[in-house]
Amino acid sequence: MSGTLTSPPIAVGCSTNVVERNERPILRERGQREVFCGLTGIIWLHRKMQDAFFLVVGSRTCAHLLQSAAGVMIFAEPRFATAIIEERDLAGMADCQDELDRVVDQLLERRPDIKTLFLVGSCPSEVIKMDLAKAAQRLGREHAGTVRILNYSGSGIETTFTEGEDACLASLVPEMPAESADAQPSLLMVGSLPDIVEDQFLRLFEELGIKNVGVLPARKACDLPAVGPNTHFLLAQPFLGETSRALEDRSAIRLEALFPFGAEGTTAWLKAAAEAFGVDEMHFNSVVAKPRERAKRAIEHSRAQLEGKRISFLPDSQLEVPLARFLGNELGMEPLEVGTPYLHRGLLSHELNALPQSVQLSEGQHVDKQLDRVREARPDLTVCGLGLANPLESEGLSTKWAIELVFSPIHGFEQAGDLAELFARPLRRRDVLEV
Amino acid sequence: MQLSVWTYEGPPHVGAMRVATGMEGMHYLLHAPQGDTYADLLFTMIERRGKRPPVTYTTFQARDLGKDTAQLFQDAAADCLERYKPDALMVGASCTAELIQDDPAGLAEAMRLECPVIPLELPSYQRKENWGASESFYQIVRHLADKDVVRTAPDGRRPMVNILGPSALGFRHRDDVIEVEKILSKLGVDVNFVAPLGASPHDIREIGQADFNIVLYPEIGDEAARWLEREFNQPAVRVVPIGVGATREFIRAVAALAGVDPALALDDDGSRMPWWSRSVDSTYLTGKRVFVFGDATHAVAAARIAVEELGFELVGLGCYNREFARDVRAAAKKYGVEPLITDDHLEVERAIADTSPELVLGTQMERHIAKRLGMACAVISSPVHVQDFPARHSPQMGFEGANVIFDTWVHPLVMGLEEHLLTMFREDFEFSDEAGPSHHAAHSPKMPANDSAEPAPVDVVATADGSLWTAEAERELKKIPFFVRGKARRNTEAYAAQEGRPEIDLATLYDAKAHYAR
Repeated sequence: MSGTLTSPPIAVGCSTNVVERNERPILRERGQREVFCGLTGIIWLHRKMQDAFFLVVGSRTCAHLLQSAAGVMIFAEPRFATAIIEERDLAGMADCQDELDRVVDQLLERRPDIKTLFLVGSCPSEVIKMDLAKAAQRLGREHAGTVRILNYSGSGIETTFTEGEDACLASLVPEMPAESADAQPSLLMVGSLPDIVEDQFLRLFEELGIKNVGVLPARKACDLPAVGPNTHFLLAQPFLGETSRALEDRSAIRLEALFPFGAEGTTAWLKAAAEAFGVDEMHFNSVVAKPRERAKRAIEHSRAQLEGKRISFLPDSQLEVPLARFLGNELGMEPLEVGTPYLHRGLLSHELNALPQSVQLSEGQHVDKQLDRVREARPDLTVCGLGLANPLESEGLSTKWAIELVFSPIHGFEQAGDLAELFARPLRRRDVLEV
Repeated sequence: MQLSVWTYEGPPHVGAMRVATGMEGMHYLLHAPQGDTYADLLFTMIERRGKRPPVTYTTFQARDLGKDTAQLFQDAAADCLERYKPDALMVGASCTAELIQDDPAGLAEAMRLECPVIPLELPSYQRKENWGASESFYQIVRHLADKDVVRTAPDGRRPMVNILGPSALGFRHRDDVIEVEKILSKLGVDVNFVAPLGASPHDIREIGQADFNIVLYPEIGDEAARWLEREFNQPAVRVVPIGVGATREFIRAVAALAGVDPALALDDDGSRMPWWSRSVDSTYLTGKRVFVFGDATHAVAAARIAVEELGFELVGLGCYNREFARDVRAAAKKYGVEPLITDDHLEVERAIADTSPELVLGTQMERHIAKRLGMACAVISSPVHVQDFPARHSPQMGFEGANVIFDTWVHPLVMGLEEHLLTMFREDFEFSDEAGPSHHAAHSPKMPANDSAEPAPVDVVATADGSLWTAEAERELKKIPFFVRGKARRNTEAYAAQEGRPEIDLATLYDAKAHYAR
């Protein structure tokens, strides 16, 4: 089956000289980074995996971050918490590992419904070199049969925002059962998506005739799909470098494609799977035609507001490149600077090829210098975090706060219009207000 | 290690940020890993500030660990001095930087920077946000106050004060300052400056020229005030003017120190609260059972207002900041309730469920607890969400503050007439239990017609099978308004157990009622 793999056609901006286009200059900066740490991923991951609990081993700062980011959600019996390291843990008066065992026992007693427990590393736990991997193994043995205990790091020193999801999913990959020797080819959709989006994609794959479709993460962390040399996987999110490598280490094959944003991105993404599974092109077109048309019509509603408008992205989630591609190619916006916390060239090769050549890419951040560039260029819309949005608004610059893009359903055909609307709304609001 | 979902306070460096962000011309260089910038959004979103907090983070990453982080710190210091040209620089470490031991104070000193540097030692694994704010403000005052600037002889000139404590991200600090300044202006007292909110390092230098200090928020201002008492011989007014009675006391205390006539501010005070509270419509407020939790200052003030000015019955009083627990214990003793000193919200939830109050006064967290238990609630203290940084003028202090408090606390209660109708016509569908308290009714899902509208569903689980209750007694119980039914049920069951009665019939219900009657 893997023999049928071909490089899918690039929907837009196809170039004859791929190498040269991929080598466009990238501005790399170091300095103050105004970004979230990977712990923030817990906020959406715990909604997705309903039988999992996330226990951060960290400081009061970590707990404060989670509650600030989780807002009102924190009160609905959330499935995350922080084991706050105290003075006595640091002074050696208490053995950190014993303390952790105590906290985990306390937690599991309170929440017997938990099937998977993630011990999540933070900056403090990494710096004091607390061995959470060993703790997970030890506790895992103790609670074997009832709770699976895993570990990953969401620390700021190692991960930026969505990289927390990458680290979490990568920790699940070794737990996935091995595909049986005579397994039929299977497709794995990787990256946590809102349930409604996930269902839409699963329906489309079914209509295309692709069977054996698994999802990582599954809604129940205990139902992990199998993986092996007959598994093809499609990344639904661009920030899954580690997970992708872990899957490849288990001989799964990554399908390269645009990410499923907008009508074109979604078509190209589905097409990559269709080609890998030998789906007849006529059949593909007949399945995709209607939703694709619907997506295009929905996008059109925002065109008047967005066409010709200049947009800059500050680094946040690694979604910046695919979103700039969508806004540039499907809505006629002009991306100026597209900043990303980390640029994974391998995973983004199709996106980079499809991105207009005029775009300035930047990786990393020196936030003051980057804001200087924004102030000088005065884009019509700046995509940035909540620490910067109101200050930029008060300077007369319209903003779109980036975090919403991670929390809202934006993938696939049916959400293409909503995605465009997310960017059109702040501009429409600016126009409508007379105060 | 402590298992925690919700924390009432952030880490101490967030307290330092509140001080720095409140001030003008101050900058805070924070040695912190990538990600700690999340705290910026507390200021830009919750308080809706239109400027970035004046905080530069070194944002080190794993690859910088080792020698590199010290260099990173010094580069960031040079960078932010050049860009922001602050009048003074606070330097410190967040929890992770505390562990890597780079010593921001020493590093900054070695650079011989041109502006004054205030080194901060904030032990993140021991202390919390309020302590961080208090310590930072104290260090700022200690480092910047010019000992040669002292007050002049009083002859002929107007008295002058410093107002200490208001900061960024403080619950109603903005409007409280306006009210207190109004009072001072009526008394003919000048304000040297308010700090940290709105003060510059230059202002702080001249802190000695005031005659005395007013500590509005002891959690943040008292440490500095005590130092000023010693070093500059400036006395301090520590009465917190929240509530009519406390405001009057505050005016007398200020007038005494300033040597002016308190009547200037006491007469014609524009306060509507005492009359509102005496008017017959408020009679139904008498003896309403209220549970108070928050920071110590606001909790103690609220308890006094509840008992002395609104005629409520206090059933619980507590605070989350241990540093001021003594004040809460004293007040609890005065009102005859058990003090609750804890930063564990689950303990607070238990205490609220156990006392089944008719009104909860607390923080954002208690608002959610009350919602869950179907109780009325008003917010009196940080931590608060964005809706408690309102656009309109809404102080807690002074006479206008008392007006605001009256409206805020009474609003969530079922209105007097409404309550009367509820009892009179409880069989009518408009007034059925499903309608719930007035402020919840519009948006909350309809509750099933049975007992689930009770304040403390957790506690009735044991008797949910109704084994002890006769059907007749159950029916009678349901005729009791839902907001006191939980208490009635528990009292009756306790009474039945005490008396060793095998079942609870009508007689037991009314025997228990008589037994517990006040």
